[in-house]
Amino acid sequence: MSDKKIRVLIAKPGLDGHDRGAKVIARALRDAGMEVIYTGIRQTPEMIAEAALQEDVDVVGMSILSGAHMALFPKVMDLLRQNGLDDVLVVAGGIIPDEDVPALRQMGIQGIFGPGTPTDQIVNFIREKVR
Amino acid sequence: MFDQEKLKSLQERRAQWEETTLQKTLDRFPERMESFLTTSGTPVERLYTPLDVADLDYERDLGFPGEYPFTRGVHATMHRGRLWTMRMFAGFGTAEETNARYKYLLEHGETGLSVAFDMPTLYGYDTDDPHALGEFGKCGVAVSSLADMEILFDGIPVDQVTTSMTINSPAAVIWAMYIAMAEKRGIPMHLLGGTIQNDILKEFIAQKEFIFPPAPSMRLVVDTFEFGSRYLPRWNTISISGYHIREAGSTAAQELAFTLADGLEYVRWGLARGLDVDEFAPRLSFFFNSHNDFFEEIAKFRAARRIWAREMRQTFGAKDPRSWLLRFHTQTAGCSLTAQQPENNIVRTTWQALAAVLGGTQSLHTNSMDEALALPSEYAVKIALRTQQLIAHESGVVNTVDPLAGSYFVEAQTNRLEREVYDYFRQIEALGGVIPAIEKGFFQREIAESAYRYQMEIDTHKRTIVGVNEYVEDEPIRIPLLEMDPQGYERQVARLERVRRERDNERVGATLEALRQAARGSDNTMPYILDCVRAYATLGEIMGVFRQVFGEYREPTII
Repeated sequence: MSDKKIRVLIAKPGLDGHDRGAKVIARALRDAGMEVIYTGIRQTPEMIAEAALQEDVDVVGMSILSGAHMALFPKVMDLLRQNGLDDVLVVAGGIIPDEDVPALRQMGIQGIFGPGTPTDQIVNFIREKVR
Repeated sequence: MFDQEKLKSLQERRAQWEETTLQKTLDRFPERMESFLTTSGTPVERLYTPLDVADLDYERDLGFPGEYPFTRGVHATMHRGRLWTMRMFAGFGTAEETNARYKYLLEHGETGLSVAFDMPTLYGYDTDDPHALGEFGKCGVAVSSLADMEILFDGIPVDQVTTSMTINSPAAVIWAMYIAMAEKRGIPMHLLGGTIQNDILKEFIAQKEFIFPPAPSMRLVVDTFEFGSRYLPRWNTISISGYHIREAGSTAAQELAFTLADGLEYVRWGLARGLDVDEFAPRLSFFFNSHNDFFEEIAKFRAARRIWAREMRQTFGAKDPRSWLLRFHTQTAGCSLTAQQPENNIVRTTWQALAAVLGGTQSLHTNSMDEALALPSEYAVKIALRTQQLIAHESGVVNTVDPLAGSYFVEAQTNRLEREVYDYFRQIEALGGVIPAIEKGFFQREIAESAYRYQMEIDTHKRTIVGVNEYVEDEPIRIPLLEMDPQGYERQVARLERVRRERDNERVGATLEALRQAARGSDNTMPYILDCVRAYATLGEIMGVFRQVFGEYREPTII
């Protein structure tokens, strides 16, 4: 791993305004020495992919609690690919039922972190995957 | 309340106890932790005695239930006279599915209804709006027009049961749909009882379902105050909510302080409209969270009543005792539920509900054990409702009013929370008031700070959460989860298209245009909104008019 700080975009897709988790994670990653950009709420897939490109991030973390993940995450993944961001690590958190996890992994979301995940587990996951 | 001489001798006795009995015990058995903290992170002392409430004046600070300052409760007999309303927050998928759930809950002894709307509805979008992608029916029921509202309450006696609706930015529109639905069934609006949440300030602070900037948002709120005070005397036109502030991570004191500050702000806006305080204040209601810390929560409810009564009477000069009453709904803490070992949530919910009852709540929602995983299944929601019935009929806590009054600990916590609230009032004041404080991100920053501290306490094992950071199991989850109608979306969109096709579109256009003129001017918008919904204008169309006239708000992004 290089000395360069890991750059992370924390994004809230969809209409869901529950931003407690996104903010806690953003802060935990920052405290762990990463550069964190938080999009704020109500982001469309286009806005998220655009921000990932503009900010030249290593990681995109999406938080969603409304249950719209199966509609929104594939769009984000497609747009990231179209923007040439295939190498960006994508992780997700929120209320995501177990049965949706295989499909999400299939589309390239490598880490899926449900309620109760300790923040250092997410920090370590990102550190291991981003080289 | 205590004799000065006796307090002095007690102080000496206490010092003596600390040096002898206590010291001996500590030498042999040190305490398990250096400090003991409430859920909010406030240190709790080992022991409370009359010394901790030496200044307490019974008549001034507690009084009698049903009398100023209402610390002991808003009714003289409290739950001996009438139990709280058992009101389960429910909604998912289509109006048909949710209607069936309401009937199921009423059949099992629920005594009030509470509607959860889906995300598009909460943001004032129709189900088929592009912004609504993937969100239909996920967090609640979709209501895009009067047609959905008619189905939602089909067969439910809305003149007998009260209905609470958790709706904020589009509150006036959804309320109008409810009024129009009843009207079509021959029930005049003055007979309707219920609540619209309609608390836009806490949306800016915590839940984030705002649409318009603060000023036009507040105007719509005051329009409902004015309309309600004239035509719907049994309706609570607002439910000033701490619940979401707490869920976003605040402490108990922040929840209480920010909610009451919001409440006082609504009163100021009502007065600025030219309303008399006693015209609208009796229909202001509140909504609090009941989190894990049993005594702190009970103290919070008691402090809430006392502060509100004082402020309404002394600061605003309200004369009608009903204006002094802080009546509230409680929901147990959703954020305390764990996805792990979900059955444990039944137990958490039980003591949280117990705290709400001991704190004198007027109505209560108990969370279902599966709510960290999905919307509640029938199985889970019935246990949650039964929890309330068990407390009401078997625990015995309802047999006397405010049984924890006089507890040195509870009174000291009540006083402590009151002090913290006034500290926050001063800070908010110094920032120029509630709306400037929102625009500066003050509340958002305070809450984020508390949320982070709480998470770090869990991560570092300073705080134990059973099944999450201790007593962890690797067992798969065995409880059945809710399954929704897979054809729901198509059904809903088909209905919406039929409504748009079959209504008198000329009339719709005219009512929307009249609303636009009203929104641009200063007329009360409620009568115009009612005309729109009666003509079957959709939620998206009506909110679209407001979006054009008022513009949309973007919040400062704060981590």
